[in-house]
Amino acid sequence: MEVGTLDKADGSAYVEHGRNKILAAVYGPREAHPKHIALADRAVVRCRYHMAPFSTDERKSPAPSRRELELSKVIREALEPAIMSEYYPRSTIDIFIEVLQADAGTRCAGITAAALALADAGIPMRELVAGCAAGKIDGKVVLDLSDVEDKQGEADLPVALMPKSNVIGLLQMDGSLTEDEFKQALDMSTDACRRIYEMQRETLRQKYHVVRDEAEKDEETEVKA
Amino acid sequence: MSATHQLSPVARLEQKTVVDLIGKGKRVDDRGQLDYRPTTIMLGVVEKANGSAQVYLGKTKVLAGVKIQPGTPFADTPDEGILTVNAEFVPLASPTFEAGPPDENSIELARVVDRGIRESKAIDLKKLCIEPGKKVFMIFVDVYVLDHDGNLIDAAAMAALGALVNAKMHAFRVENGEPVYLEEIIPLPMQNYPVSITTAKVDNVTVLDPCLEEEQVMSCRLTVTTGKDDNICAMQKGGLGFLSPDEIKQIVSTSITKAKDLRAKILSNVK
Repeated sequence: MEVGTLDKADGSAYVEHGRNKILAAVYGPREAHPKHIALADRAVVRCRYHMAPFSTDERKSPAPSRRELELSKVIREALEPAIMSEYYPRSTIDIFIEVLQADAGTRCAGITAAALALADAGIPMRELVAGCAAGKIDGKVVLDLSDVEDKQGEADLPVALMPKSNVIGLLQMDGSLTEDEFKQALDMSTDACRRIYEMQRETLRQKYHVVRDEAEKDEETEVKA
Repeated sequence: MSATHQLSPVARLEQKTVVDLIGKGKRVDDRGQLDYRPTTIMLGVVEKANGSAQVYLGKTKVLAGVKIQPGTPFADTPDEGILTVNAEFVPLASPTFEAGPPDENSIELARVVDRGIRESKAIDLKKLCIEPGKKVFMIFVDVYVLDHDGNLIDAAAMAALGALVNAKMHAFRVENGEPVYLEEIIPLPMQNYPVSITTAKVDNVTVLDPCLEEEQVMSCRLTVTTGKDDNICAMQKGGLGFLSPDEIKQIVSTSITKAKDLRAKILSNVK
């Protein structure tokens, strides 16, 4: 994980999760454009999840697919409530997630990256959001399927969690799970989200630790001059 | 880009009433929290379609049609028929629907219905192969939302299931890679009957089958689709709110029980 990867974006992050390589950028709060989309009581949060044509085994058309449109929606619904958008009425906060290489679980890794980018942009958030999927393969409930496993697997359960309040903002499932298997998979993925959350915090701390040191150094030189 | 729409002023005025009622354990339409609205399903309403079904879920009205025609299979499943689900939010169904290409809500709806049918293996797609790698039958399920009074996902899933059960095609044999149709009329090779149950969370109370007024004020919803073996085959959370792991587990087990009743009702209606 890395934050502040991009120069022009207000906030950005790069996450490698297994062989997933994901870049997220946040622009905003900035003036709403077109103006009529602006809201009087909060910022409009917009989200675009997109996969690079070269990110998959077979080339993917760069035009947004139905899958990408659905994922943009569920990712936004997981992130938007974490953002204190009421602080920025009449503006927009745009979240862009680009999947550079896909290895199953891209929506979860995308959320992990986007939450970091939002924090990096200095946007006030209630909490970070972390994502991880659980699945089932060969009759066994396992954590975080890879690309090959996902294709043969019997079920996939992507989850995004706000770890401190222990609430889930994204939950989807496909495949076949019994009620008990589902409970097991849900517990597994929320535990993993908590571990990812710790890594997110550490990544942010690393960067802003450096920033703080530099600021202190600048202050010292200023005092001397 | 994906963005949340603002609630209409009327909905915002109604918001408090609906939330207050639910907080008191009541609902705008006098239902109990775990009551499903009265459901009717009519089959074969459109004769030109291979199969069709119209579903009334309270005042919500959804029509689904199935068309079956030959086409080329996907490279990774050369010996399987193709299933496509599409949803159309017709502008006559709600003041908020607009004509034009499908928006994220109708795409989400179609993909959730698709997932339920696909992941429960409702149709034995292998039986719809004409010549492996060359020609298979393609099943198009088109969902038409005619009147929107909430819980479109459940209504659409029911209509799609009804239309598939209702669908008929000519029996065929294969000659030189082309299907030769016989006199006999056969149903689709159905092997599972997925049913969706949607629960909404309003002000920390969960209510089953939200109507439009409740949907407008809900913090989020969770759809759980189960097959005839009570296995969960698809789930989708929607909306801006959050659910705790315990709430989710609770919703899942209620949904499984409710789906069983509803499935029995649909199937008795259909046969």
